[in-house]
Amino acid sequence: MLKDVTLGQYYQADSPIHKLDPRVKLVGTLLYMISLFIFNNIYCYAIAAVFLITVIILTKVPVWYMLKGLKAVLFIMLFTVVFNIFFTPGEYIFEFGIFHISREGIKGAVFMIIRLTLLIVSASIMTLTTTPNRLTDGIEKLFRPLKLIKVPVHEMAMMMSIALRFIPILMEEADKIMKAQTARGAKFDSKKFMDRVKSLIPLIVPLFISAFRRASDLALAMEARCYHGGEGRTKMKPLKYKAGDIVSYVILALYIAAMVAVGILSARLAFFQFLSK
Amino acid sequence: MRFIKAEKVTFEYIRRDEDGNVEGINRAVDSVSLDVKEGDFISILGANGSGKSTFAKHLNSILLPTEGTVWVDGMDTKDEEKILDIRMATGMVFQNPDNQIIGQVVEEDVAFGPENMGVPTQEIIERVEESLKTVGMLDYRKDSPNKLSGGQKQRVSIAGVLAMHPKCIVLDEPTAMLDPVGRKEVIRALRALNDVEKITIILITHYMEETIYSDKIFVMNKGKIAMEGTPREIFSRVEELEEYKLEVPQITKLAYELKKQGLRLPDCVLTVKELADALSR
Repeated sequence: MLKDVTLGQYYQADSPIHKLDPRVKLVGTLLYMISLFIFNNIYCYAIAAVFLITVIILTKVPVWYMLKGLKAVLFIMLFTVVFNIFFTPGEYIFEFGIFHISREGIKGAVFMIIRLTLLIVSASIMTLTTTPNRLTDGIEKLFRPLKLIKVPVHEMAMMMSIALRFIPILMEEADKIMKAQTARGAKFDSKKFMDRVKSLIPLIVPLFISAFRRASDLALAMEARCYHGGEGRTKMKPLKYKAGDIVSYVILALYIAAMVAVGILSARLAFFQFLSK
Repeated sequence: MRFIKAEKVTFEYIRRDEDGNVEGINRAVDSVSLDVKEGDFISILGANGSGKSTFAKHLNSILLPTEGTVWVDGMDTKDEEKILDIRMATGMVFQNPDNQIIGQVVEEDVAFGPENMGVPTQEIIERVEESLKTVGMLDYRKDSPNKLSGGQKQRVSIAGVLAMHPKCIVLDEPTAMLDPVGRKEVIRALRALNDVEKITIILITHYMEETIYSDKIFVMNKGKIAMEGTPREIFSRVEELEEYKLEVPQITKLAYELKKQGLRLPDCVLTVKELADALSR
């Protein structure tokens, strides 16, 4: 269960997406996510899906690898689907006691699934094709202007990259602790909810202790390697926009333009349909 | 030339109770004095709790001595202005490979040290390549450290220190968490560094087999230096070593016992071949 989260797992491949500047990917993912929220009609989702599938093919990362990330949010998805189906008022097509399912509810649920899938997969693409160090480099450079108002940009970027690096390690550790506690009779698979919550304590306490120990070890190791904050630091791979990055920005702009155009068109269409009723 | 000089170094851990009152003082290192020549391969042996790791942390000013002084390449480790220079001169490799690898890709991790030092980009790339080649990990430069074995991870850590071009590398039980194969890999890499690159190596360990090739061994017990000398001098004092809870290599122990039974053997045997030769004579 714990190994399913793909966020923060870099997948090494030689693809044009991997080679892109992390800033392009960051801006791209952000804009893509926003576009999904603003334009919620079926045509726009079609464009978004085609765009995403093209990117997935370009990344050369196996598709199942990306979908693995979805498994972790399956519960949230089911939850929103159930809420959407049962609690959206509208034209009821099925009624049973206090339960009623509306046409709008089903539509909402389907849209929600599409939207969440696209969201999670797009975030996964970013983390699968960008090493955390590059990602944080991108964030650091993108937010550098904030330094003027005393936001510790470098420190935050560093913390993020370390957190990302330790996610898989701590997960493995959690797995190990779980097995060790199971061997001593702990039950992690109890049917009762309260039992399950209680059973997490013997997992979380040792995990935290070990995380603190790792943190202090890592701090020592970083200090021993002359780490002293962001000042005077150079980069092995400094970020520089290349031709491919500029092309990607153009493609991104085209995508947004297409989304806006289709979004406005379909809104008009809906408006006229409404008028002609 | 003396590269490292420690003079009467004492370090005390102060235990405090919840109100901050001193509960007890734990003297981890007790007036240790030692000299290390440039280009030497030094081993510091000691059982758990002998203070060897605490002492090691004094060698690049991670810890500062409570009493006494440590000089690294002529710099006092207490001198805060020189702290970066000291850390550039002596790199440090720790026990747990997972907790000292910062990058998510091997080469990014190796570049971390030089990046902190402000080395220009082109030179960082050269240094990374060169140090990965030295430890024999160049083929893995684009891999994630999580996929490597313990020995390989530890070699990456060594490369990470190497890329900072230190004059000396201090290794604090680098093999404690490795399997026998990984241990051999790491020790072989260290000997090559010492032989070829002439880098001073200070190896802290409790495996005696690893210290056979060192120029000089210091044995620590209860915070003090209990023995010092060449491997042959140290390994011939089997009973004394066992008193300090150290395990003598099997072959040395065997030769020692045989000699005690009256066989004519040299004073100290370090390798299987040596014993075989001596016995066939």
